[in-house]
Amino acid sequence: MAEAKLLKQDSWPGLFAKLQASGRRILAPRGKPGLILFEEVSSPEAMASKYIQTTLSAKSAVFPRCEELFQYRFEGKDVKIEDRQLDPPPTVIFGLRPCDASSFAVLNAVFSWDYQDAFFKSRLKNTAVIGISCRESDEYCFCTSVGGGPGDTKGSDILLTRQDSGDYLAEILTAKGQELVSLAPELFAEAPSAEKGKFLAQVPAHFEVKELSQKLPRLFDSGIWVEQSLRCLGCGACAFVCPTCVCFDIQDEADREAGSRLRCWDSCGFSLFTLHTSGHNPRSVQSQRWRQRLMHKFSYFPERLEVLGCVGCGRCARSCPADMNLLEHLQAIMEAP
Amino acid sequence: MDQLRKKARELLESGAVKTVIGYGEGSGKAVRAVFIRQPEQTEKLILDERCRQNLAVYLLKPEVKNLGKPAVVARLPVLRSILELAAESQLADEQMVILGISPDGQLLDLAGLKAVADYVSAQSLELPPPEREQLEQIEKKSPAERWNFWQEEFSRCVKCYACRASCPLCYCSRCAVECNQPQWISSASHARGNLEWHLVRAMHLAGRCVNCGDCARACPVGIPLNLLTRKLGEEVFKDFGLRAGTTPELKYALATFLPEDQEDFIR
Repeated sequence: MAEAKLLKQDSWPGLFAKLQASGRRILAPRGKPGLILFEEVSSPEAMASKYIQTTLSAKSAVFPRCEELFQYRFEGKDVKIEDRQLDPPPTVIFGLRPCDASSFAVLNAVFSWDYQDAFFKSRLKNTAVIGISCRESDEYCFCTSVGGGPGDTKGSDILLTRQDSGDYLAEILTAKGQELVSLAPELFAEAPSAEKGKFLAQVPAHFEVKELSQKLPRLFDSGIWVEQSLRCLGCGACAFVCPTCVCFDIQDEADREAGSRLRCWDSCGFSLFTLHTSGHNPRSVQSQRWRQRLMHKFSYFPERLEVLGCVGCGRCARSCPADMNLLEHLQAIMEAP
Repeated sequence: MDQLRKKARELLESGAVKTVIGYGEGSGKAVRAVFIRQPEQTEKLILDERCRQNLAVYLLKPEVKNLGKPAVVARLPVLRSILELAAESQLADEQMVILGISPDGQLLDLAGLKAVADYVSAQSLELPPPEREQLEQIEKKSPAERWNFWQEEFSRCVKCYACRASCPLCYCSRCAVECNQPQWISSASHARGNLEWHLVRAMHLAGRCVNCGDCARACPVGIPLNLLTRKLGEEVFKDFGLRAGTTPELKYALATFLPEDQEDFIR
């Protein structure tokens, strides 16, 4: 059962100091409108003052864009493998939006599917999320169409909602959240009211996602994919700004004596993504890759992992150099015969 | 804009082209590329200062080619890209109709690549003062400051290759960064991998870049990549007197030897 407290706005510096004193690093949105990224900060003053959404998600905190898995050394006819010590720094992600907070469960579904990924899991275990509800949204946001909401608590350990007074309603949601509060209990006062709905953005719901998931399989051969993706350039911007895109590529960087195996972000939008050794590519053109992106998120994910592969953050559309607008495309799919 | 719509309509009605690649309204205040195939849809075409994407990039895309012969709305950078692509044997005259647009938004009558080349040659291709100033800002840094500047910028690169995908001149079916037998360039987005990628990209575009700026506009993390290729373009012009995208004949400075080439860099 969540506990509601009041965190005064002028308590943030004190909270940051206590979090840091406990040995935790704080990642928070930094930068100017147009380019806001999660970076390590030591005080709330360093944070971006206003943001609907950050440019990149906080995914790299648990799934770095390039990560060494192990090193190896050739010794005569043997290969000596040196595993990496997994000791990710205790981390608090501060200021994550509710859509992003819920994305960790999607990543976790993949990294715990048929294999427990120690790299991801150790990071996730050491990460706590202090989310901030959305008082504003823009035309790219569609969290409410994919099971979320501007004040949704899923994935946050503490969720802050700014009230008109400037103070924050703090919902303490998990044991991790309790642990953070216990570092500075004096900063969390009794909340006179746990009401937060009136402080939240109005994000209209545009479609019924269950219907979408059910409809997609029969559209596999539809002409809609070619039509929608004519202007798609085939870059990986959508996948790399996405909080739930989880595909990766394994790369070896080696010389004659030793090497290092890396896991790097990959994108189904790239022509190389499914290129076979034979030279055959089952997704040889962009429309097939665009179809894969949507099918994966809205059909295969729910079918196999019982989660949606999209949290409605809208980043892919905001970042797309060709203005591929995911919400618009999903609405068109709902209307397609 | 009315001229453009009228011309586009005529082309589609007469069957001279099967699609018109132009600009239409997009999300919010954005514009986007549109592929008009019905005469009555030409009302969707717009033309204003927001219409900056280099549409030449679509001329080589398989699904767009499948639509049939295109007409393409082409401001100066698009015209130059088409010339450069023609010079590199990627496009030929009869493959498209060029709807040239003057800087003040008027439809130009450019029948064929020769006419495009004549038009481009009559334009000033000098960098406009704000663009020159951006280069000067970088040039006046010490080598160490410059190194730090680019290290900082490249540190944000996630290797989404939006810079490559948005560039009409980055048309290789298999990019050097994707060759892995042997692997020339690290595909990881760590510091070295990013530096290697951006150096290779800039060098492959040296003297081929038409300075449209799409690479920088496409970059989701705001790396001013166009400064690299713009600088190299200026260097090539300074040393060899050639600018990219001015002729459909192949005159690529860095692949051509002329007896009168300056050789004062050999010491």
